[in-house]
Amino acid sequence: MAVVSAATREMNNVEAVRETLHDALANDPRTVILGEDVGARGNVFLITKGFLEEFGPERIIDTPLAEASIVGVAIGMAMEGMRPIAEIQFADFIYPAFNQIVGEAAKTRYRSNGDYTCPLVIRTPYGGGVRGALSHSVSVEALFYHVPGLKIVAPSTPADIKGLLTAAIEDPDPVLFLEHKKTYRLVKGPVPEGHFVLPIGRADVKKEGSQLTVVSYGLYVHQALDAARQLEGEGVSVEVIDLRSIRPMDRETILESVRKTRKLLIIHEDNKFGGVGAEIAAMVAEEALFDLDAPIRRLAGPDVPAMGYAITLEEEFMISTPRMREAMRELVQF
Amino acid sequence: MPPTTITMPQLGETVTEGTVAQWLKKPGDAIEKYEAFVEVSTDKVNAEVPAPVSGVLREIIVKEGETVPTGAPIAIIDEVGAARVAAPTEQVASGHAAPAPPPAAPAASSAAPSAVEAPPARGNGVTRADGVSAERLRGVSPAVRRLAREHNVDLSRVRGTGTNGRITAKDVVTAAGSMGPAAVVGAATTLEPPAAQPPAQRGPSTYTNPIPGTTIPLTQARKIIAQRMVESKHTTPHAWTMVEVDVTNLWKWRVREKDAFERDHGVKLTLLPFFIRAVVESLAKFPLMNASFTDEGIKVHKEVNVALAVALADNLILPVIRGTDNLSVKGIALAAGALIEKARRGKLGADDLAGGTFTVNNTGANGSILSAPIIPPGQTAIVTTEAVVKRPVVRDDDSIAIRSMMNVCLSLDHRVVDGSIASGFLSDLKSRLERMGPSGSL
Repeated sequence: MAVVSAATREMNNVEAVRETLHDALANDPRTVILGEDVGARGNVFLITKGFLEEFGPERIIDTPLAEASIVGVAIGMAMEGMRPIAEIQFADFIYPAFNQIVGEAAKTRYRSNGDYTCPLVIRTPYGGGVRGALSHSVSVEALFYHVPGLKIVAPSTPADIKGLLTAAIEDPDPVLFLEHKKTYRLVKGPVPEGHFVLPIGRADVKKEGSQLTVVSYGLYVHQALDAARQLEGEGVSVEVIDLRSIRPMDRETILESVRKTRKLLIIHEDNKFGGVGAEIAAMVAEEALFDLDAPIRRLAGPDVPAMGYAITLEEEFMISTPRMREAMRELVQF
Repeated sequence: MPPTTITMPQLGETVTEGTVAQWLKKPGDAIEKYEAFVEVSTDKVNAEVPAPVSGVLREIIVKEGETVPTGAPIAIIDEVGAARVAAPTEQVASGHAAPAPPPAAPAASSAAPSAVEAPPARGNGVTRADGVSAERLRGVSPAVRRLAREHNVDLSRVRGTGTNGRITAKDVVTAAGSMGPAAVVGAATTLEPPAAQPPAQRGPSTYTNPIPGTTIPLTQARKIIAQRMVESKHTTPHAWTMVEVDVTNLWKWRVREKDAFERDHGVKLTLLPFFIRAVVESLAKFPLMNASFTDEGIKVHKEVNVALAVALADNLILPVIRGTDNLSVKGIALAAGALIEKARRGKLGADDLAGGTFTVNNTGANGSILSAPIIPPGQTAIVTTEAVVKRPVVRDDDSIAIRSMMNVCLSLDHRVVDGSIASGFLSDLKSRLERMGPSGSL
């Protein structure tokens, strides 16, 4: 962690998002929040509850159900000097805004030869394991991480959320900020008080180990940590890296770890084919082949169109902690 | 360009001839020193033979498939000084790193040098192998390859401790570190099961990390195991017997079903559920085997609850499959799978561990072919499934066949049953297992 002030307060991920947004609104009059149900309803997870009363309807804007417009309007605001934070209520609804994000926001700086930037944050809850079924479970990072000009952040802990959301809001270019909805109230931790920024593009070694490198992000970081700690009892030493930032990706931290452990397991919830793990695996194969003592392994979502509602289908999609532990054990023994 | 005659190498001390399995180069091809250019097989090993010199393959004397005595000429290479010819895969593999020195000093040039004649070792105790199992080295990871080069370690002499005896990066580092005979073994011993990894020597001495010269405090689990084993051995007069079972057909059945079963149910289909199914059928015929000795009398149990011995890192537990006699092979497989997973996760409750009436111990999982188990207190017997081993067997019609054989060992409480009943039970179990085959239903 970069800057840790002495004082911390315990909170969960929802509270971390809420506090960070509140600080941004209070400290910078250019900041506005727009999205579906962010005003009167205070967001479906109550993240912006009370904001409308406190900051007024000009800064907390309830929009129609029109994602292309939410992002399109926010891009205009950003290019004209405001600091919009657009919310896509669930990542599953982001597709209508694909053109605005990929075709416009990500290219603004390049297209204008640096005359314009697009200091826009798009926040959205993603991920499954909450019986969200087809429209409330999707992971969208792989659809966007191919795009230069776009930053993608997916922190897993309250402190990382505060540090990286602050960084995203202060960033001069568009940032897609992904919040795993299952971690919202599940994950608690100490959060530094005051102005706290973490640099985008740095992974975090959440647990050190010597026999295997595990790279993950979001909800699965916590499960991977549980699995790794359970294996400690067997004398198995696993290093767990929280990617935190998907693009730009922290190649150095991953490579340094793989060069030490010589084995790599990538775990993510998003579909395996073409997922973030594919890029990590390719990068490690290019840069550290002669340090690898086992094939790179990926544990990821199955290639099915969506996460089913039935509990059996959801369980099949999600990767359980025992499955992670088994994969870790196998790779260490390999 | 002096010609060098390549002779059939002696792949092992007692080997007198070799067969050219495959030429990896054809006449006119450039060959780098140490590059494999021909694959030779004997009754003991298959090996890729490295070239003793750099040059061009002039002539192939022995065709593929032909067998010649060791020392017979097989090819002629025209030696080229320090020719840098087309990079073979080995060189490509060394990639960004500067080419490391060859594993040993070059052989002194002599008339008709044997292709794999050991060049003098560099005083590090590691000598070139007489034969390298190509099969074994196929799984060499890039890291191992690089480390072997950097540390000048001959991989054919390193004992692999990874899965299926694979050489791990750590093995190479260990071998390089000690450089003594202890670290390297002859190719023959690599067929042994991998040696246990030496435990990490740090942190408090525990059962899973025992440090010599320390006393490990007894855990609750250890105390209970000790107490129960002593209780059983002191109060139960153990007798022991064994049968050998031909599981060839049963094995075929299992092999036929196992992939689909694992795909459909997420549980590996081992031999165990088939065995347990046969056990409960035999118990139905020999109810005294499913009983407890008490002061009031021999309590013959109504329910059949088979307990499974499950070894954890620091504990041995006996989770129980309730109502085993009501379960099919499939039902037993699923119930056992669930119990074992629960056991590994440390989630077994008291209910899962109580009420066992008969115990099955899969000692064969660790390669054992014979064991004398201790009967869990309160039960009459325990059977083991030993490793399935292929053996030549004389069959009823006096023919000799290769069959998959498994020993089944039984310890019995002689207070409850005598040898005749126990033997009857075992014979019944044996014939049930031998009748099981691919036509059966899960």
